[in-house]
Amino acid sequence: MSARTDGGPALELRGIEKRFGDVVALAGVDLNVAQGSVHALLGENGAGKTTLMRIAYGLVPADRGEVRLFGTPASSHSVRGAVRAGVGMVQQQLSLAPNLSAAENLVLGRRGLFNPAAAAERLDAVSAEFGLRVPAVSRTQDLSIVEQQRLEILKALSRGARLIILDEPTALLAPSEVDDLLQWIRNFASNGGSAVLVTHKLREALAVADDVTVLRRGQVTRAGPAKDTSAQELAAAIFADTAADGASERSSDQPVPAASSEGAVIVEARDVTISRRVPVLRGASFVVRRHEIVGVAAVEGSGHRELLLALAGLLPITAGQLRTPNRIAQIPADRARDGLIPDFSLVENVALRGLGGRRGVMPWSSLAALTSELLRRFGIVAPSPKTPAKALSGGNQQRLVVARELEREVDLVVADNPTRGLDLKATAFVHTQLRGAAAGGAAVLIHSTDLDEILSLATRVLVVFHGSVREVQPERSAVGRAMLGAA
Amino acid sequence: MLLADVASALEAFWRGSLGTSSALFSGTLVRAVPLILVGVGVALAFRAGVFNIGGEGQLLLGAVASTVVGLHWGGGVAGVIIALCASAVAGAAWAAIAAVLRARFGVLEVISTIMLNFVAVNLVSYLVRGPLQEPTRIYPQTSLIAESARLSRLWTGTRLHAGIFIGIVVAVCAWLVLTRMAAGFRLRAVGASPSAARASGRVDVERVTAAALVASGALAGLAGGVEVTGVTYALYENLSPGYGFSAIAVAILARLHPLGVLATALLFATLETGALGMQRDAGVPSVVASVLEALAILAVVAASGRFGISWRATRGPRTSGAA
Amino acid sequence: MAGDQGTANEWCGMTDVSPFLEAAVRTATPLLIAAAGESISERAGVINIGLEGCIIAGAYAAFATGGIPIAGYTSAIFAGLAVGITMAFFAVVMRRDQIIVGAGLTMLALGLTGTLFRLREASAPLVTTEPVTAIPLLSRIPVVGPALFAQPAITYFAFALVPALWWWSQRTQGGLALRAVGDSPSAAKAAGVQVVAVQAGAVIVGSALGGLAGGSLVLAQAGTFAEGMSAGRGFLAIAIVALGRWQPVGVALASLIFGAAMALQYVVQAMGWGIRYELVLMIPYVLTLVALAARRRGVSQGQHFSYAPAMLGRSLPDD
Repeated sequence: MSARTDGGPALELRGIEKRFGDVVALAGVDLNVAQGSVHALLGENGAGKTTLMRIAYGLVPADRGEVRLFGTPASSHSVRGAVRAGVGMVQQQLSLAPNLSAAENLVLGRRGLFNPAAAAERLDAVSAEFGLRVPAVSRTQDLSIVEQQRLEILKALSRGARLIILDEPTALLAPSEVDDLLQWIRNFASNGGSAVLVTHKLREALAVADDVTVLRRGQVTRAGPAKDTSAQELAAAIFADTAADGASERSSDQPVPAASSEGAVIVEARDVTISRRVPVLRGASFVVRRHEIVGVAAVEGSGHRELLLALAGLLPITAGQLRTPNRIAQIPADRARDGLIPDFSLVENVALRGLGGRRGVMPWSSLAALTSELLRRFGIVAPSPKTPAKALSGGNQQRLVVARELEREVDLVVADNPTRGLDLKATAFVHTQLRGAAAGGAAVLIHSTDLDEILSLATRVLVVFHGSVREVQPERSAVGRAMLGAA
Repeated sequence: MLLADVASALEAFWRGSLGTSSALFSGTLVRAVPLILVGVGVALAFRAGVFNIGGEGQLLLGAVASTVVGLHWGGGVAGVIIALCASAVAGAAWAAIAAVLRARFGVLEVISTIMLNFVAVNLVSYLVRGPLQEPTRIYPQTSLIAESARLSRLWTGTRLHAGIFIGIVVAVCAWLVLTRMAAGFRLRAVGASPSAARASGRVDVERVTAAALVASGALAGLAGGVEVTGVTYALYENLSPGYGFSAIAVAILARLHPLGVLATALLFATLETGALGMQRDAGVPSVVASVLEALAILAVVAASGRFGISWRATRGPRTSGAA
Repeated sequence: MAGDQGTANEWCGMTDVSPFLEAAVRTATPLLIAAAGESISERAGVINIGLEGCIIAGAYAAFATGGIPIAGYTSAIFAGLAVGITMAFFAVVMRRDQIIVGAGLTMLALGLTGTLFRLREASAPLVTTEPVTAIPLLSRIPVVGPALFAQPAITYFAFALVPALWWWSQRTQGGLALRAVGDSPSAAKAAGVQVVAVQAGAVIVGSALGGLAGGSLVLAQAGTFAEGMSAGRGFLAIAIVALGRWQPVGVALASLIFGAAMALQYVVQAMGWGIRYELVLMIPYVLTLVALAARRRGVSQGQHFSYAPAMLGRSLPDD
């Protein structure tokens, strides 16, 4: 690790408390980020990492506690104040206006006149100065995810940020892109900058951080220099009492009984092409058999999303042949948008399945009985089947979706990021269900932005790169290379 | 002095709306019928996330169709049924223009239905001065429709006609469909979340929204038919004192509940006939009723928050950046 | 037969186009002002169905004020502001449904102006209209001179709005913030833009222009007030904004086309072509439908919805 320039703390948080309704998100958290250092903030989903950093950046007010930025107390706390003090934050949901140009996004939020030519020059200049290449596109949505992330970092830096907070920056990146980013963070720190890396991945934290803080359920369970700790210690601090659960689930990570090449073919794709104005998927050919769990790995915008939609029967293919069974379960990536209707009751949400083809009278009483049974069988915590879905926690909402889709026997399961935003228990639950479906005779296709999740579940991996599909050995480095188009 | 004015205005309101049996049975209840029918139609469309603001035009087309049938129908008991069916079909067809414009050309129905209102108003003006004008060519209206094409009056001496039953039956049926039938649940699901209806329910969202718009138009058209066969017996300009717009307030005040529409339609009919009474007897302009209706909309919107409807009227691309 | 030929020839003759052009530009003026206002509001993501209400409120305010045109215009703007502030409060600050609030406000304004108008004494229904301000030299240009340069001052203002609006939205940080809010409120907020203030401001300014459009209807065209005299211009303006692809120049062109369509009724009456007047009155509305359908189809080959602000019609996320 590089020598740190010790100029006092860049960020100091003292006794930060925050509640959302009855839920205590943060219960008195302290954090110190030294100047010229990289600080990893570790914890499970829902541990309070993001909330803490949003407080530091002035996006949310703390209920109690003190924020000091570069030694000065941030009294009237706001984003504007944080930016003025030299703090920048790259949020997990990138905050770029998709239809503005890259340069426009760079200078958004200032005052006075706006000159497009000058803004474009400025983009070039900061891009060169900080070694983060971003093409000057007229619509930011045309940038790749990694370029968008660079643009976010440049936005912060061009406003004079000396402390950069990165919230789960590697979640959407391919392995080699992750390495590039971590390298850049190191360089930034050795040039005197400071960074907070919010992550739930130990490997990344240990690879780059000078100091580590672990949050669990809104409290610090460990803090100190990275060199004084080990992956095991950190894992214990992260999971603590859930460790037992986690361990038992992890132990079931062994692959499902060897993928039999003699199982019945469930999905057969032959030269499948999908066009949305331009072809997004070209000449895809593969088969998926009964009992298989097949991972679909890809970086954003590769065409895998369209492939999954087509497999689920939600997007027509343009050319070729795609044979899929009738009984399909689908677990969409965005459950609040595609999986559930938040305002509807649990019964109504269960009734959604197969609604398109339903005729006549709704069998509400049998649907209510089914819902009660699903709540019991799948361990969904809900006051009653009449509760609106929005009243459930994210984990229970996802359990409901999974329960609805897998409650009866299916031949094909298409799951897109089925554990996004879930805690460890709920994640384990979803994994168990997917394995169970495969064991029960279904073919399972799963995509996740977390490559480790794919590798822990899948017996085979299909990689989609730039619209073409090929099968790759289910092994980290091979998949990672293929996701970026390398041989 | 001022107090006396207010008292006399209120008294006029009471006499004009509910206070006398003629006001109630010839005025208020008669006026409630089209409000119920268009109101239920509006509620259905809104529930599906379709902003059908074209009830007025659809009602006028229904009135035109029932007038044409009523003028040319030879006789027999089926006349009124044929006339009413024709009005529903015409209203549905007028709404279907907006549905096609939306499905095929992506024209927002919030714009197209309003434009179609203006076209319909001018179309009626043209018809009653042109092809459908009464034979003497003096008045801008049609001849009276055949006796066989008229809805029967419930009590002699009042203007209350059988249309009130049509309104009640339609409201109850709409409620049953929404709560008990697959088609109704589909409509609600599409209105609440088109993306979930499509992805999780395999619902053809475009078809459901188009169907809701057309059904909504059919009910508005039926309202026009009921008005011609039950009240006016002829087509003329200003046949509707803005029923299509009042019905929006009726539906919203009922929180888009078909049975609630029965109550709010009666309330608004009372407001409107009462306001007419005030204009007659106390010199208060009757348009004050539409002020009250608008205030009711705003009050409901302010008090009850959102309606849980994802309007398809202004659909744009979803951005991944917005949480 | 020969007579018909003569009339047609006269109509086609250059000199006769001038009054039509003049009428087209004059009729386009309130549409352009209202559409410019609506485009500001929609750029920030708010579809303002209350625009029709702003126009009728502005028209009534201008009528009720009377006196010199400048006073009428000022009160017209204030009337639009009143509607706009209400719209902004409900639809932006309280995150209520934009379409329902807008529809309610339009009903309210139509009802309120109707009530006030009927309560007035019936005397003096006419107000002084704004005189034509001919621009020296330019107004002498044959054919287009009188049409374009012998107009009331409000027309010049309307057309001056177009480059001003373009400059402001494309060359100032405020305009950039406005476009960002309509595209992605979360991105704008993260960049330090006061999202609610920008959106509310856009609605209020747009509504004020709607009020001004109503004022011009009374002060530069009709010279009096009639119940419901806005006659759907607010809704036409919303269609014009979509047709002009939310760009100032496109909006101006679309306004002129509709001005011409509305001015056609004068031509038809004057020429005595035997076409029913009521049918001619339909033309702008039918034209709107046809134009929107044609426009969409033209666009769908390439990029479909990309011209509309992404967040149009959606309430801002809660804080």
